[in-house]
Amino acid sequence: MSVILEQLLQVGFFAAVLRIATPLIFATLGELVSERAGVLNLGIEGIMLLSAMTGFAAAYGSGSLWVGVAAAVATGAAMAALHAVFTVALGLSQHVSGIGITLLSSGLAYFLYRLLFGQQATPATITAFRTAPIPGLSSIPVIGPILFDQFALVYLALIAVPLSAFVLYRTPWGLALRMVGENPRAADSAGVDVIARRFQAVILGGALMGLGGAFLTIAQFNAFTFGVVSGRGWVAIALVVFGRWDPWRVAGAALLFAFVDALQLRLQASGLGHIPYEAFLMLPFLLTIVAMALMSRNAVAPAALLRPFRKEER
Amino acid sequence: MMRLEARQSTPVWLNLALPLLAVAAAIVLCSGLIAMAGANVADAYGIMAVAAFGDFYAVTETLVKAAPMIFTGLAVAVAFRARFWNIGAEGQLMAGAVASCFVGGFPMAGPLGIAAMALAGAAAGGLTALVPALLRVRLKVDDVVSSLLLNSVIYFAVMALIEGPWKDPLSGYPISPPIEDSANFPVFFEGTRLHLGVLAALLAAVAVWFLITRTTLGFAIRVTGENAEAARYGGIRVDRILVATALLSGGLAGLAGVGEVGGVHYQVMSDLSPGFGYSGIVIAMLARLNPLGVVPAAIFFAAAMTGAEAMSRATGVPVFLADVIQGTALLTMLAALLFTTHRIRFGGRAA
Repeated sequence: MSVILEQLLQVGFFAAVLRIATPLIFATLGELVSERAGVLNLGIEGIMLLSAMTGFAAAYGSGSLWVGVAAAVATGAAMAALHAVFTVALGLSQHVSGIGITLLSSGLAYFLYRLLFGQQATPATITAFRTAPIPGLSSIPVIGPILFDQFALVYLALIAVPLSAFVLYRTPWGLALRMVGENPRAADSAGVDVIARRFQAVILGGALMGLGGAFLTIAQFNAFTFGVVSGRGWVAIALVVFGRWDPWRVAGAALLFAFVDALQLRLQASGLGHIPYEAFLMLPFLLTIVAMALMSRNAVAPAALLRPFRKEER
Repeated sequence: MMRLEARQSTPVWLNLALPLLAVAAAIVLCSGLIAMAGANVADAYGIMAVAAFGDFYAVTETLVKAAPMIFTGLAVAVAFRARFWNIGAEGQLMAGAVASCFVGGFPMAGPLGIAAMALAGAAAGGLTALVPALLRVRLKVDDVVSSLLLNSVIYFAVMALIEGPWKDPLSGYPISPPIEDSANFPVFFEGTRLHLGVLAALLAAVAVWFLITRTTLGFAIRVTGENAEAARYGGIRVDRILVATALLSGGLAGLAGVGEVGGVHYQVMSDLSPGFGYSGIVIAMLARLNPLGVVPAAIFFAAAMTGAEAMSRATGVPVFLADVIQGTALLTMLAALLFTTHRIRFGGRAA
């Protein structure tokens, strides 16, 4: 117990939690925006991987980390647009298209990385983002080093949460987006362009997933390695369910996951080895399944999730 | 102006041509990547074809790779027929592998040991698939997400096992102890790896085809998938059919793991499956959920996998081309399916 307490009392621990949570916050918000419009995106795991690769390659090639971020965002948006063509424009199976996007993107990521960088003994590296302390705020005790001495992308993730809540709940665009996810027919008769709104949501979602991927290779790590995403996309899908499709709760779920993950890492390092760390890694997946079972009575998923919309039919 | 128009019926030739068209489209799309890698497209595909089918040994190797994908393809095809969205074949495969490796570790006479391994593996896979099925039937939990998440749960459980109790004490590698020599599957031809599991996979395809098309259970599975309401009205107990489908589907995926343990690796390691479970989804879709169609589809992807390695050595085109072909083929097939229900009309405005 004392080992755990010791870890929890360190400021560095909470700063690490926030960094681990950041890619998950971007990814879950991306999945959430898409699902709120009625489109499940199982392509997320592959989209994050491909974006992590293109973001890294662009940063490596241009020498500018922000060019890398832009490339990753564009990659995420492009792959999500492909998903939207299949699921929104053509009304095809969201499951199958999503799995296809993941298979294609993962294959492309590894293929293109090998093409660009060849097979080297040590992977190519870049100078990743450094922390950008916010003057004044970062010297506040405890909170300062945790919240205000972080990577720029961490600040962006922290801003993205209230921003997406605001956009979803307080703007006409967000209202229409949610309508399209709950009852596209009603939205259509209210004059909302269902197809256009779903396209926008899926593409915006993909851009956010791309940001999540970019964070891994150009902030958290400084290279593209083969397991770099390692299931974070699937975790994000789970966290969206766990956070009941609400930006605040979903971000909370991401932080909780990151907390468990960071604790797991520290405990391993401190030699408290009698609990297999795989048990911690498994936990969020198991918890989500349990949570889904418990919450199933009062379903909260967008009602039109997985349902294609064709204007002329029925 | 181009628009889509609903079809009344699908011509037979189209049903047969679509998978071929989808594969051809995927190959054409991926040739751009080969060109990008600086290789001659025709040469590269030629090398792949020779490596996969060029001589007897190459054919046997391709079939060995195809076997687990036939099983997972059948698993997904059966499940999707009933609209049980089993995305969990990967985890069910690993569960089957672990159970069969455990059983294979006991000294038993060859045939008995192999039978016990198959039973244990099928049971483990089936029980794993039962979780999302029961969650859906009893609690209306989405089977896509639950079966997908179970893959990760099982992956980490297997990792805990091979990093913990099963870890090789001598080398320290995260691999399980090997199964008994007597439990190793027999091979049909000396010098090849063509093992019993390959024959089992082919027989399973025929058996599943028979079950789906010629038996009452198969009829119930199909009706449940086509129209659950009508099935219920017709006296079919839809929930039971879903549970039975899950057991069958998971059992088939479990057998994929049994074959890899008994016929190829003789033990369990973390990279036992390079995504055979996910390939099963592509294969089942390409086969239009027809169990017999699963066989050529699986052989195609196995050929792409073995061929890509040889092509990579010869031309320097990254081996990951095989994965790209797989993803592209799934998407082109998905797009092609649209033509079974719709046709494209040019000119004129929507009526």
